[in-house]
Amino acid sequence: MTSERPLDGDTLDASTAPDSAPASAVATAPPAVVDRPAPGGMGGQGQAGRARRTTSFLSLARAMFLGFRRDRAGLFFTLLFPLVFLIIFGGLFNNTGTYKQSVLEVGSVPLIDQLPADARAELGQVFKITKVTDRAAALDKVRNGDDEAVIEQVGDRIVMHYSAADATGAATVQGVMTSLIQNANVDATGQPPKFSLDSDSVEDKSLSYIQYITPGLLGYAIAIGATFGATSTLVTWRQKKILRRLTLSPVGVPTVIGARIVVSMGIALIQTAIFLAVGAGFFGLKLSHYWWMSIPLIFAGTLSFMSIGLLAGAKAKSMEAASAIANLITIPMAFLSGSFFPLDGAPGWLQGLAKVFPLRHLNTGMLDVMVRGKSPVSVLPEIGILLAFAVVLSTIAALMFRWDDI
Amino acid sequence: MAQTIRVDGVRKWYGDTHAVDGVSFDVEEGEFFGILGPNGAGKTTLLEIMEGLRKPDDGEVSLLGMRPWPRNPRLLPRIGVQLQASSFFERLTAREQIRTFASLYGTPPAAADHWLEVVGLTDKADTRTEKLSGGQAQRLSIACALVHGPDVVFLDEPTAALDPQARRNLWDLLREINNQGRTVVLTTHHMDEAELLCDRVAIMDHGNILKSGPPAALVRGLDAPTRIGIETGTVPVDGARQLFPDAEVSDDGVSLTVSTRNPAAVLSALADRNALRGLAVRGASLEDVFLDLTGREYRA
Ligand SMILES: Nc1ncnc2c1ncn2[C@@H]1O[C@H](COP(=O)(O)OP(=O)(O)OP(=O)(O)O)[C@@H](O)[C@H]1O
Ligand SMILES: [Mg+2]
Repeated sequence: MTSERPLDGDTLDASTAPDSAPASAVATAPPAVVDRPAPGGMGGQGQAGRARRTTSFLSLARAMFLGFRRDRAGLFFTLLFPLVFLIIFGGLFNNTGTYKQSVLEVGSVPLIDQLPADARAELGQVFKITKVTDRAAALDKVRNGDDEAVIEQVGDRIVMHYSAADATGAATVQGVMTSLIQNANVDATGQPPKFSLDSDSVEDKSLSYIQYITPGLLGYAIAIGATFGATSTLVTWRQKKILRRLTLSPVGVPTVIGARIVVSMGIALIQTAIFLAVGAGFFGLKLSHYWWMSIPLIFAGTLSFMSIGLLAGAKAKSMEAASAIANLITIPMAFLSGSFFPLDGAPGWLQGLAKVFPLRHLNTGMLDVMVRGKSPVSVLPEIGILLAFAVVLSTIAALMFRWDDI
Repeated sequence: MAQTIRVDGVRKWYGDTHAVDGVSFDVEEGEFFGILGPNGAGKTTLLEIMEGLRKPDDGEVSLLGMRPWPRNPRLLPRIGVQLQASSFFERLTAREQIRTFASLYGTPPAAADHWLEVVGLTDKADTRTEKLSGGQAQRLSIACALVHGPDVVFLDEPTAALDPQARRNLWDLLREINNQGRTVVLTTHHMDEAELLCDRVAIMDHGNILKSGPPAALVRGLDAPTRIGIETGTVPVDGARQLFPDAEVSDDGVSLTVSTRNPAAVLSALADRNALRGLAVRGASLEDVFLDLTGREYRA
């Protein structure tokens, strides 16, 4: 006997005779009327039709989301993998910008000690100043390369000792000290300074590495998530015959597609929240005022990546084939769209080529509103381009679409 | 009586394969109709054409007075379909699965849970469908087809993966459904199943319906002899041939079979000789009908 419960779970002897009609069958028989649809009334019109469409939309979306949440490999590639990139890149490169010169101050150096508090704080951003008394030991440290310079003051004369082995460090310290001394000299005259120099880097000054890499990697994560989400729904649902089964239920194609879009957009929002939280929480990411404008950008991007996924899944017979196609598209796209490093140094033709990828436009737009502080309207062209990608690609995918393998 | 399904001259060819080759029949409202035939006979193809899943190359189908092809959303809530290959959403549990299907038809979750109980899967409700046994998956698939209370139910080999106990339970369930006035169309390999359940069967082979009608009538129309089997060695073969000159006697080394049109005489003669060891009496069955129609032994 089987250990599992028989269909109607009752006396074995009663049902060994094939056509005995055991009472048990009747006892657990289906209700005579199980919400039988009114004949012809469920065509989708009217209030009942709308209510049913809403519940089927929600339950399909739920089924898709649960399928995503329980798919370990999918979770890894859409959430963890790009996040690991962010942590590695953020951790590796983010400190170089804030590297401080280590300076040893021997005895008392009034020029430094008597600086006003704000000037002192500013100096603290470039110098890490340590007060020492042993002059010989300090000089040894510079000689060994442990510290960049030793500074001492004899009367009005400031003496700086440096090692020729670390020319850059020495030059930095020397430059800062020279300007300190000149400021002090000007102050001593009691006259306002006649000339002044404002220096400005030609690079975008707000873009420290983390500011650049967070939107870039987020774009990559969204591209992977939306592309593979659409591909896997299409291919595995076709493979598992669930698409055929759905054609036999009253839900329409728009409901199925709509549910998938909403789920993909939800996943993109989750990715965004995680990336921004990690970037801001651990690596000092600072969002500019109109960062929220990245949300419509992300929605438009999600649509265009989903259409790439539909295209990859339209003809593929297996999920393996479909992911190979999707990878072939998304990986070069991520590199050429500047998700991992800026394209500023790339040759012009390459930068031109990058424009055929929707991710390039998403990245540009996200950089503009998330960290460059550009106005919300400035990214409307990017949104338009992303939507155009979505329309064109999904039209092609629709033309190639097959319900099943038969 | 109302014709729930009309199939008229339906044909579907795949290259040289004549999957369905000009088939016509009607199914009446509330009827239990069976399509019988060996592998590749064209049962699934025919059923899927009736459901509106495939387009016939030729011919017409009318289902509940409507055309199933192209996809007809007004028809779909009124039919329930179990496909030959189970089709489930990935990584959902049995309960989530049937509730999702129920909601597609606007059926409340409570009805879904009830159906889980009807097919005996309540204790598997939280198991993912990937981890169900073949028979459990089949039962879930059937429950998903019935959850919204359809008027017409199409089942493609519903008992294929079931153990004998589950099979009988499903028979009871299907009878009950049919008694509620729902029309049931099923395909099966099992002659005994068709004989037991169906009001009418159509026997299919190579894309054609060879014969259709109530199973009892088909069998009776055959006018086949009754087969009486006893253990080999109880009576010598030659002795049996002399005893029953009108009957056909054969021995396969396990049992000796006497095919006769006068079973009462044969049985009493055997009883007189106290030679009833291992007795098995078998009247003609649909299997004999198939043999008679095709000249081939029926192998599922
Ligand atoms: N999509 C298809 N493309 C090509 N040939 C097909 C297709 N579908 C069915 N066939 C062929 O049509 C014939 C009938 O197939 P069908 O699936 O209807 O048989 P069946 O009676 O359901 O068999 P089984 O008992 O094995 O389920 C087979 O020879 C099959 O190979
Ligand atoms: Mg079949």
